[in-house]
Amino acid sequence: MSFRKVPSWPARRRVWLSLLAVALLAACGGPFPQSTLIPKGDFAQMVDEVFMTTVKWAVLVFVLVEGALLYAIFRFRAKPGDKQPEQTHGNTTIEVIWTVIPAAILAFIAVPTVRTIFRTDEMPAGAMEIEVIGHQWWWEFRYPEQKVVTANEMHVPAGKTVLVKIRTADVLHSFWVPQFGAKRDAFPGKYTHFWFKTDSLGSFTGQCAEFCGTQHGRMGSLVVVQTPQDFDQWVATQQVGSPLVNNGVVAVVAPADSAAPPTAPADSVMIKGQQEFMAGGCIGCHAMAGTPTAGVLAFVGPNLSHVGSRQRLAAGMLVNTPENLALWLRDPQKVKAGSLMKLPHQLTEEQISVLVAYLRAHQ
Amino acid sequence: MATSVLEHAPARDHEASGLWSWITTVDHKRIGILYGATAFLFLLLGGLEALLIRWQLAKPENTFLSPETYNQLFTMHGTTMIFLGVMPLSAMFFNYFIPLHIGARDVAFPRLNAFSYWVFLLGGLFLNSSFLVGAAPDAGWFGYANLTSKQYSPGMNVDFWVIGLQILGIASLAAAVNFFVTIINLRAPGMKLMRMPMFVWMSLVTQMLLLLAFPVITVALIFLMTDRVFGTHFYVPAYGGDPTLWQHLFWIFGHPEVYILILPAFGIVSEILPVFSRKPLFGYAAMVFSGSFIAFLGFGVWSHHMFATGMGPVADSVFSVLTMLIAIPTGVKIFNWLGTIWGGSIQFKTPMLFALGFLFQFIIGGLSGVMHASPPADLQQTDTYFVVAHFHYVLFGGSIFALIAGAYYWFPKMFGTLLSERIGKVHFWLAFIGMNLTFFPMHFVGLHGMPRRVYTYPAGLGFELMNQIETVGAMILGFSFLVFIYNIWISMRGRAEHPAPADPWNGATLEWSIPSPPQAFNFAEIPTVSARDELWHQKQQRGGTLPEPQRVSGAGIHMPNPSYWPLVTAVGVLVFFLGFMMVGWPLNVAGGLLTALGAFSWAFEPAG
Amino acid sequence: MAHADAHALHPPTSTGIESRKLAIWTFIGSECLFFASLISTYLVYKGKSLVGPLPHEVSQCMLHGKMQQCEPMFEIPLVTFGTAVLLFSSFFVVMALNGAQTGNRKKLLTWLSLTVLGGLFFAAMQIYEFTHFYHKGLGYTTNLFSQTFYTLTGFHGSHVTLGAIWLGTLLIQAFRGKLTPDKAVNLEIAALYWHFVDVVWIVIFPVVYLMR
Repeated sequence: MSFRKVPSWPARRRVWLSLLAVALLAACGGPFPQSTLIPKGDFAQMVDEVFMTTVKWAVLVFVLVEGALLYAIFRFRAKPGDKQPEQTHGNTTIEVIWTVIPAAILAFIAVPTVRTIFRTDEMPAGAMEIEVIGHQWWWEFRYPEQKVVTANEMHVPAGKTVLVKIRTADVLHSFWVPQFGAKRDAFPGKYTHFWFKTDSLGSFTGQCAEFCGTQHGRMGSLVVVQTPQDFDQWVATQQVGSPLVNNGVVAVVAPADSAAPPTAPADSVMIKGQQEFMAGGCIGCHAMAGTPTAGVLAFVGPNLSHVGSRQRLAAGMLVNTPENLALWLRDPQKVKAGSLMKLPHQLTEEQISVLVAYLRAHQ
Repeated sequence: MATSVLEHAPARDHEASGLWSWITTVDHKRIGILYGATAFLFLLLGGLEALLIRWQLAKPENTFLSPETYNQLFTMHGTTMIFLGVMPLSAMFFNYFIPLHIGARDVAFPRLNAFSYWVFLLGGLFLNSSFLVGAAPDAGWFGYANLTSKQYSPGMNVDFWVIGLQILGIASLAAAVNFFVTIINLRAPGMKLMRMPMFVWMSLVTQMLLLLAFPVITVALIFLMTDRVFGTHFYVPAYGGDPTLWQHLFWIFGHPEVYILILPAFGIVSEILPVFSRKPLFGYAAMVFSGSFIAFLGFGVWSHHMFATGMGPVADSVFSVLTMLIAIPTGVKIFNWLGTIWGGSIQFKTPMLFALGFLFQFIIGGLSGVMHASPPADLQQTDTYFVVAHFHYVLFGGSIFALIAGAYYWFPKMFGTLLSERIGKVHFWLAFIGMNLTFFPMHFVGLHGMPRRVYTYPAGLGFELMNQIETVGAMILGFSFLVFIYNIWISMRGRAEHPAPADPWNGATLEWSIPSPPQAFNFAEIPTVSARDELWHQKQQRGGTLPEPQRVSGAGIHMPNPSYWPLVTAVGVLVFFLGFMMVGWPLNVAGGLLTALGAFSWAFEPAG
Repeated sequence: MAHADAHALHPPTSTGIESRKLAIWTFIGSECLFFASLISTYLVYKGKSLVGPLPHEVSQCMLHGKMQQCEPMFEIPLVTFGTAVLLFSSFFVVMALNGAQTGNRKKLLTWLSLTVLGGLFFAAMQIYEFTHFYHKGLGYTTNLFSQTFYTLTGFHGSHVTLGAIWLGTLLIQAFRGKLTPDKAVNLEIAALYWHFVDVVWIVIFPVVYLMR
């Protein structure tokens, strides 16, 4: 049957071309560093396999069914002088076939689905646990085994299974690092979990995925995958002043010939900074090594003992540079409106530069 | 003794006119128009909210909207579109056409019908009045606990939301009782259930869903209200409450709700495709059973909205399989629609264009739904723009397109003139292109890692281009609505010069057998039905067309009297609920008394 | 031309059932889900209260400003009696309906009065019970038990009260001679609602009061 020319052909061509353009453009515009389509790790691989199964079937069904629709639209369009079409009311055989075939296709999706559900639920033994606690609007990470407490930036060793146990300190959140394959909602009073093992080194971003209030959109996380040696080094640094190690109290070895009291910080940046940190009210919300809050765990704001070494500030909003740190301290509400960081009073530029130096010294 | 509004009607009857006649009307056709006009305005408001959202998201780290404003806008966009847009637009068609389809003069309870409308109007106005005090709801249309608790949402925003939805729920429940009884009880002689138009069947199933789903969200909202107003701890973890309870209760309502949104659209499309293919609906019985099965199963899948909550592998698997099961009857419907147009003689009038657009888009939305049904895959998709793409394809590409199709199809019957075909085709192409341009890229940007409900996104994640395309698409979509409004305006302006016949489309159902617009009493004589697609049957028996129906005096036909008690009772309901937000128990009492006054007066006035 | 008689109280319906009766059945169906949600929540939170008072056991609770030993709340005999009265009132309304349908004014007035009294007695019993619990340390927001209990039984009680008012209105109509046999369906509809309220209590009573 040949297609006859129809007046609406230019319109149809326009539609096809624009849809094609959309598809192409949507696939372009990369790179996509936070994409779920680039699985990194075993859990993500399993998830991706099931996903690809659904995609294949969906594309097949799409092509067949939409194809039939478009064919029908062209083939059976009204022509002048058309007689009344045959008044078919149904066809039991065809109806049975098109009930059974979709059921079969669904079975092809359901079986790998259920299998993967159970496989992703069992956890390989000997996993390293990390507790993830959602706060409005930042992430706290506690490593029970390594006794590390940090914020927004999670370091993990490559090649080792990590079990992420998630809960919230306030409202519901959801911890999601797309390239590791899952998100799990954070609830109060109970843990959800997922696990992953990856061999890909690098930094991978994530975002909160459960609406949690004003700054839900800027509650980013970062997972840094390191070699086991680098990871151990990171742990060692993080342990100094950690609330889980000796309540945050760092035993300072006094120099043999020193007349200074053993607990005094060694240099003026630290001395002046700590004074400012305490006078400025920061210790009201932040645990900081060397201060009375060093050992505090459940706090409104992140533990800042090693803030200088983090790649980003304010849960991924700002790159960690002296300028950005100053920007944040100058007016946190301007940077992240509604954030719970409300300074008791505006800081002077002098105070800001002291604090910036102090914070950056905490690597 | 019969009284009639039209006793002394001349050849063209004069219906009562003027504002008071609209305020006291109990005529299902007028109430339908009221629903339609009100809902359309709310739809435009929701669309404006969407355009603002899209403008904000066109660039990364945009500062066009503050996060607080953005969160209010996306919450109100969802709430408005669902409760004040799609549902009442469906109600417009339930109201106007169910009685006509079944050969009745009105619904079973005309004053209850008016009451439903007034409660809806007052509820919608109340909800949107929150903008006037800068405290529009801002916790999402799904209002998850414990963000909605007093502790984390201390302002009035969530209170507006809770109370607004309670008020709207009453409107929906009253209407559902009304239409359910109407369809079951007021069918013309010979109108057996399996002869009813598919629109009536889908509407019947929808009413049953409303009746069973709304009480559940009512309870969920009651708990949230007592938490916020009286200090209970239903959802407050510190005292043993569980936020998951909200999720379960909400989604036990929420999933049937999406079928409430789509089934009327299924019904409309099932009316239009046969007429414009000139052959009957393929597989009528299968369509009835699949629609019913979808609704029934729809109560068993609610936790597929909770796959990321760690329910455990057994619960995940059960809900996954049940969700996939729904794809089977849904597929049956799609194939039956294809079977309807297959072998037909397809006329591409505007109603048909939108109905075909529905089909094209609903298939896409259904397929992304099947993809969500797999929990491991859904762990990546849930709470991302992939889901936003899915539900906009089924809700906009599906429901809204079907409702627009219905508008073009039934406009001549309701207003006595056809909408312009020329402008209609422009409308269609703009809408189709705008719709796909806006929502198709969302599949990709979601898979590439963009979460939902975010007021902005960082640069460098690759989201920019797709968001720009989506914003352009949204602007085109917005413009298409202007074209639609223009079409309505210009057609209404010229309606005296271009009256529509009773049956402009060669329809199969009873509404096309009476004048356009119908007289107050609908049918001069209640018809006797002997077949499905009764009008085609009649035309076939007469060897072609039917004569143009004449307007008659209507003397001797008794119609229900107008009444203002439904409005009074509705105001009482509003005042009662207001008491939970301001002033306190005196307002509850005053509202209760006013409601009682209205209800008693209504009960004791002569119904006529 | 077809006429619809203005005084026909029972225009022909497709099912033969009067529309208002069908409506009340439909409404009752919807209300089943309402109470099912409340009862399910009660069951979900059963035994999960962090503090007392508790329904069946002795517990620690805050009373008169200090934490102390608190009695179990429920007084089963009283509630059992109220339950019996409510159940009997369902029987009474059946008798009243029969009186209305047969035009037996005395029967109608007697039994309908008893029905209304039964309903009011039940409501009064609940008010007494709630007040008593409050004085024993169970406020509305005290714990999970209190909030689920008061919300569930409070809504049931308000349904009883509204039903009693409805039946009371019909009683007044009956006294004025306006509840004639052709109007009996008005009482029948109210009676259906009354039976429903009863059935809900038949579920609530064992689930809340008897089950431990």
